[in-house]
Amino acid sequence: MSTQQAEPESQEAPEDPEMKGAESPQERRLEEKDDGMVDERAEKTAELEGETVLIKVFRYDPEVADKQEPRFDDFHVPFTKGMTVLDAVMYARDEYDSSLTFRHSCRQAVCGSDAFFVNGRQRLGCKTQISDLEQPVRIEPLPHQEVVKDLVVDMDHFYDQMHTVEPYFQDEDTPPVEDLEEQRQSPENREKIKMSSRCIWCGACMSSCNIAAGDNEYLGPAAINKAYKFAMDDREGEEIKEHRLRILEQEHGVWRCQTQFSCTEVCPKDIPLTEHIQELKREAVKKNLKFW
Amino acid sequence: MSQSYNRGLIEDFGRWKEFSAGMWAWIFHKFTGWVLIGYLFTHIAVLSTSIGAASESTDVIQAQNDVYTTTLQGLEGLFLIRLLEIGLLAVAVFHILNGLRLLMVDLGIGLESQDKSFYASLVLTGAITVASVPTFLTGVTL
Repeated sequence: MSTQQAEPESQEAPEDPEMKGAESPQERRLEEKDDGMVDERAEKTAELEGETVLIKVFRYDPEVADKQEPRFDDFHVPFTKGMTVLDAVMYARDEYDSSLTFRHSCRQAVCGSDAFFVNGRQRLGCKTQISDLEQPVRIEPLPHQEVVKDLVVDMDHFYDQMHTVEPYFQDEDTPPVEDLEEQRQSPENREKIKMSSRCIWCGACMSSCNIAAGDNEYLGPAAINKAYKFAMDDREGEEIKEHRLRILEQEHGVWRCQTQFSCTEVCPKDIPLTEHIQELKREAVKKNLKFW
Repeated sequence: MSQSYNRGLIEDFGRWKEFSAGMWAWIFHKFTGWVLIGYLFTHIAVLSTSIGAASESTDVIQAQNDVYTTTLQGLEGLFLIRLLEIGLLAVAVFHILNGLRLLMVDLGIGLESQDKSFYASLVLTGAITVASVPTFLTGVTL
């Protein structure tokens, strides 16, 4: 049985489908991003058809003598329609150098394991079309994280920071087992935290953040976004929200954000990270503001 | 993990061409902030010459021969000082405009246009600075 109820159609829903896109800042942003991109890509794809693409891949292996000094290896990969950066490095690994190391899993921008630094920007390998990039394509491991081998970086610190904010649902008054029932969330509240729940822990935001690079204790955009997801969830209650804000309002919490917007710009899931951090700053101020 | 490679900050700075609008705004804001602090101390140092002026007689001050007036007039007569003043105006204007932009960001207003507002701050700073040139360079002796 479905636990979801059919919701009545909103009377305020715009009738014009073109107007629908302008509902939220996130959707507007996505619209702007896609605007004209399809035509450009088709043009570029036709141009590259039958060509090879040069990819320059960062190489480092502490266990092999001649790879201990980092360098870039060139691979000429035959272009195929719809080829992504991940497809290209996989081709290079399969056809030219089986020692080429990188993480990947789902290949559909869900697992977040193949975040690379491609042409000077943090991107998901499986989501980035080769036809959208300037040639040659320069593929490096994520900056500000130590390189373990080739494109693989050490994510321990990132995960530590994520766990610092207690990234799990906490209920302050869990009813006895026999009275347990689903905890329903209002559609408005769901809408509020919808974008923050899209995080796939790829680490692109943390890697793009200068403040996180300079301050190892800074929670970082991903962890703060994760905290936002729970702090703004009405079902957790005020007490837990205060507890979460206490974690976030520390010196190395939200206040370290310098609004560079780097995280927001590179997030492959278009999460408005800076927006969320700023909102938590305001929440922290409101919590501590007393007039007496 | 046995060994890993830390690419360090040098590679970071090498990527300056890839900085985004928000990053440039941050860099310029910090830079202009430090310049303004530097100016503040210089300003205090120059103004402190007025302490000597206080001991001068009224006649000397009226004749504009006191140490404070002569120091300022001497400085204002220099082309370099006038140029620095134009630079100071540019720095202050950008810092103020970007400060307002940051205030808006803090309040969650116009977050989608944060890059455009940065460019607008730059353009406005440039326009105000250029417009100020005739005023600042009036009567300067090289």
